[in-house]
Amino acid sequence: MDTTDTTLLEFRGVNKAYPTRDGEVVAVEDLDLIVRDGEFLTIVGPSGCGKSTVLNMLAGLENPSSGSILLNGRSVSENRMKIGYVMQSDNLYPWRTLVQNVEFPLEIRGVPAKKRREIAIDYLRKVKLDGFEDKYPYELSGGMKQRGNIVRALSFSPDLLIMDEPFGPLDAQTRLLLQVQLLELWREEKKTVIFITHDLPEAIALGDRVMVMSARPGRAKSILDVKIPRPRDIAHIHEHENYRELLSVLGDQLAEEMQVASAIKMEA
Amino acid sequence: MKAKKSPMKSTAASVKPKRFRSKRDVLICQIALSVILIGAWQFASGTLIDPFWISRPSDIIVYIGNWIFAGDFVFHFGFTMAATFIGFITGAVSGFFLGLLLGRAEFWAKVLDPFLVAINGIPRVALAPLFVVWFGIGLLPKIVLVFTLVFFVIFYNTYSGVKSVDRNYIDLAWVMGADDSVLFRKVILPAAMPYIFLGIKLSIPYALIGAIIGEFVASSAGLGWKIQVETSLYNTTGTMGGLVILMVIVMLMNWALERLEQKILSWRPQQRSAGADIA
Repeated sequence: MDTTDTTLLEFRGVNKAYPTRDGEVVAVEDLDLIVRDGEFLTIVGPSGCGKSTVLNMLAGLENPSSGSILLNGRSVSENRMKIGYVMQSDNLYPWRTLVQNVEFPLEIRGVPAKKRREIAIDYLRKVKLDGFEDKYPYELSGGMKQRGNIVRALSFSPDLLIMDEPFGPLDAQTRLLLQVQLLELWREEKKTVIFITHDLPEAIALGDRVMVMSARPGRAKSILDVKIPRPRDIAHIHEHENYRELLSVLGDQLAEEMQVASAIKMEA
Repeated sequence: MKAKKSPMKSTAASVKPKRFRSKRDVLICQIALSVILIGAWQFASGTLIDPFWISRPSDIIVYIGNWIFAGDFVFHFGFTMAATFIGFITGAVSGFFLGLLLGRAEFWAKVLDPFLVAINGIPRVALAPLFVVWFGIGLLPKIVLVFTLVFFVIFYNTYSGVKSVDRNYIDLAWVMGADDSVLFRKVILPAAMPYIFLGIKLSIPYALIGAIIGEFVASSAGLGWKIQVETSLYNTTGTMGGLVILMVIVMLMNWALERLEQKILSWRPQQRSAGADIA
């Protein structure tokens, strides 16, 4: 099968090392990965395994030490405007109202004021934030802010949405709600998503594939398909045979890496 | 539903709920306090202390009234305000731009740091006579003195404002496609705004102080000059009258600034401005 026409993103032998006082630390090693157009890929791994480094390189905030990252066959530096990034911490601009935040990327692109307001309001409605358009971030709850962050990253129709533990700081209920909304958005928008989490159930519930990253240096330890049909009912996802299977297999792999990671920490 | 007092609740009920105090209550107390203080002054003057030393409020009011409506108040007031505002605007604008520039150019910030610290360390009172030698006794030396005070306050505040901008804000804007100019105008500047505004608030009283010091050292006009003349004539009422006017000016400026702040920084949760008024 020729994969080239469905390949959106490709990591080719990507390495990333940081110089530190005690010599080089290799954060990412020999990462090869192909992400298909429209795919929802989740990445799990022990903390400090270079997951965020992978996203930062994708976003163009850091450069790989060697290897290349290609989006639509071109290097990411040429793709700066085509990626939406949602970070773990809330990063809505506090001096802008919610709707002004969502408009921000459109404003940069010179979309006329009326048009961009329309688009922003439309997106806010999709994540049930209508009525909060003119609130400042400090007036919103954590879940609302994170939904704002997500639609801001989507408002300019990026080719790829990358998310770094976006639901990490949220409570369980809010988390579930946002997972459901994210899947709905994803189905409507048909965007490719790369989603990092430390929560294995979340990774399985959301992803088409789950990639486990090894402890430092980070590499792709394994990538498994999630065979749970869509649309998924996240609240009852644990009833699926495949969910339990994956949880067990991936859980073992993750536990292994966690041990390695804690051993690294002990050394340090 | 009536809340019955259960034993559990009695402890909570014994703690009195905080009485809500409105803005009006605050104002009433402030007025009462002023009346008491001024009344005590008025009473003490002539009974406990010779009015030669402390004058008395009623005399001061009469003095100010005469000065404003029948004297040269407008001239002196205009002179001092001109020195204050020209010095403030030039100092604030240049401090602001240098703060922005050095906030983004770490190398030059490091190079210039000891120079700035050294110059800022000079007591301005010591500089004032030198400015007279250089610039004469007109408006210019006062403007320069105000400039040297305001410049550093605004510079340091802008600089720390730019330095303190959350790295993620900048990174995200960059990923979303912002170029340097957008980054500056739409991320760094608004993020640094609370700091810059604090600088403005702090430096306005400094500006006035600078102008007054300049007038004290050598002048032929201005509120500071007038105060000094009255003092040299042992006219306590005149001195106090001048001081009261300075007080009123600072209070009005502060009030205007707070209004402006509420407008510009409305995105911040309401909070008390800590210590900014004491300068």
